[in-house]
Amino acid sequence: MYLIYALFSLTLMGMAFGYLLGLAARYFKVEDNPLAEKIEALMPGSQCGQCGYPGCRPAAEALVTGQAPPTLCPPGGRALAEQLANLLSLELDLSGVADHVPMVAQVDETLCIGCCRCYKVCPTDALVGASKMIHAVVADACIACGKCVDVCPTECLKLHPVRPNLKTWRWPKPRSLPVGA
Amino acid sequence: MWKPYLSLMFKPGTIRGGVHPEPRKEATAKEAIETAFPLPPMLYLALQQHVGKPAEPVVRVGDRVLKGQLIAAGQGHVSAPLHAPTSGIVYDIMDYPSAHPSALPTPTILLEPDGLDEWRDGIHEIDPYSLSAEAIGTLVGMAGVVGMGGAAFPSRVKLNLGRQRRIETLIINGGECEPYLTCDDRLMRERSEAIVDGIRIMMRGLECRRSIIGIEDNKSDAIAAIERAVAPWADRIAVAVLPSLYPMGWDRQMIRYLTGLEIPAGGRATDIGVLMHNVGTAYAVQQAIRYQKPLIGRVITIGGGAVERPRNVEAPLGTPLSALLEFCGYRPDRKARLVMGGPMMGEALPHANVPLVKGTSGILALSADEVAATEAKSCIRCSRCVTACPVGLLPLEMMSRIRAGQLEAALKFGLKDCINCGSCAYVCPSEIPLVHYFKYANGELMAQQQAKHKSEQTRKLAEERQARMDRIRQEAAAQAAARKAQALAQAEARKAAKAAQTARSAESQSVEEAT
Repeated sequence: MYLIYALFSLTLMGMAFGYLLGLAARYFKVEDNPLAEKIEALMPGSQCGQCGYPGCRPAAEALVTGQAPPTLCPPGGRALAEQLANLLSLELDLSGVADHVPMVAQVDETLCIGCCRCYKVCPTDALVGASKMIHAVVADACIACGKCVDVCPTECLKLHPVRPNLKTWRWPKPRSLPVGA
Repeated sequence: MWKPYLSLMFKPGTIRGGVHPEPRKEATAKEAIETAFPLPPMLYLALQQHVGKPAEPVVRVGDRVLKGQLIAAGQGHVSAPLHAPTSGIVYDIMDYPSAHPSALPTPTILLEPDGLDEWRDGIHEIDPYSLSAEAIGTLVGMAGVVGMGGAAFPSRVKLNLGRQRRIETLIINGGECEPYLTCDDRLMRERSEAIVDGIRIMMRGLECRRSIIGIEDNKSDAIAAIERAVAPWADRIAVAVLPSLYPMGWDRQMIRYLTGLEIPAGGRATDIGVLMHNVGTAYAVQQAIRYQKPLIGRVITIGGGAVERPRNVEAPLGTPLSALLEFCGYRPDRKARLVMGGPMMGEALPHANVPLVKGTSGILALSADEVAATEAKSCIRCSRCVTACPVGLLPLEMMSRIRAGQLEAALKFGLKDCINCGSCAYVCPSEIPLVHYFKYANGELMAQQQAKHKSEQTRKLAEERQARMDRIRQEAAAQAAARKAQALAQAEARKAAKAAQTARSAESQSVEEAT
């Protein structure tokens, strides 16, 4: 009999609190900044954390509040920086980004022990492999976030600058004309 | 010459822009095409010699291949196969410097000639006019023919596209407006019959009734030779003499001049019922259809002040350009710049150890007095570039936008319509490298597009991973729940069994008691 009382009262309490919580969610809703949502949609969304924020959402919020520069996202590169600066009407200082060389992770096959740690942390599934088999990087999918480098026990995973090929080679900018040109 | 009926039929349009660079064609125009070029010790056959997807090798290292044998097959819709230029052994398939201003390595088949030059079976003459239009298109594709004027666009695609849209006029480009280059000129003089045959085959393939061969008026011998060859078919094929003006060989300029029609921006020549092919392509098509010979060599102009015996050479594809230069008496000490193609649109090469590809029309070793080596000065807004631009753009405005990093603004000025012909840079009194700016800007825009594509891809990958993680978590939860339910059921069963046993033992006890 006591069992029935307990069950009944707990169910009632659960329903009451649930209803209260639902009401609270509706009436005390925190308005999200729509700008942050827009920015998040622009970002790569891999939650890689290279910007120093725990994910793309917090980074977007930091951008909106002005705590972070539009150049914060290394995988987004110059294109994203320009988009963000346009969206936020910010002055864009590309000096930091220009130095950024595109990188790609590479497995040193003589050192890889097939521990499977790297592909579990890869946000874009760019690492493939099986237990006690040499792992490999799918270069097209790699965003060079460096998470795999952190977990690799043998330091066989490293970031290397991307070698240009015929598809990615570009003409350099002509040397600037003298002042007043 | 202009035929009277032609001048009635066409309203020749006006010429827009253009420049008059010194032709400098005399040195190579007077020499016949050299066909006795010795086979080099190694041929380097790049898998990407055309616009579109690279070809895929169908031979292995160590295989012996015969001349004309397929060694790499075309991939997908826009691509072209590759054939062995001579018989020999496949030495390796590796990355080798490409005929590109960066000379970056690209996948290449290395073929070691055995000197026998042995043709594959099935090389015999057929009557091309017994073939259907589809068959002509297919055979041209199988022979690996691409645009020989430099664009290297697969000819099969163009012929098929032409058949889908109704083509009124096939225009054959014998303009060769680039200074120095004379390979088309010599080809027209020496192989006019074959070219006209090729034109007739292409007309059959396109099901088109009229063709015009446009030749600049500085090639009188070529005009005479082609007119002689055309004579039996003068009702369908006409020779039009064009004024010598750079860039007359640009398809839109020539089409506008010959037909009075303008191709819409972003459109193709087929949109106005015209298709254009180069004379070299017509020759390659004739060889491919009548003699079943795939495209395995081409005529190339070797010229410039650092070459002692400049001339045109017919060489197998894959020949190192350095071997061609040495054959013509190359003087590296006099060289100031190596240019692949003509001096106006050609691209500087860092070195000559790159192979001859299907689209290479010339290699120029220019001496110091042929190269402008002055510094760029300030733009004085004289607008000579505007007058010279054949497209009708404002090069000075585009340049100033690009210099300030405003690529979007340059796009609004028509950057995408620029054909990199170099007329603006040629006339610029301040010697501003305008075309370099446009190439840089187009590359930068392309890089931005690639980056955008990559970030979209990344986003998709991340979302898919998230979805997979959620699914795994749910499955694990479901499994745990199932295990729990099973354990619960087992416990229940055990309890029931125990109860039953107790009941039974109690019963037996009571029975015992009763007894």
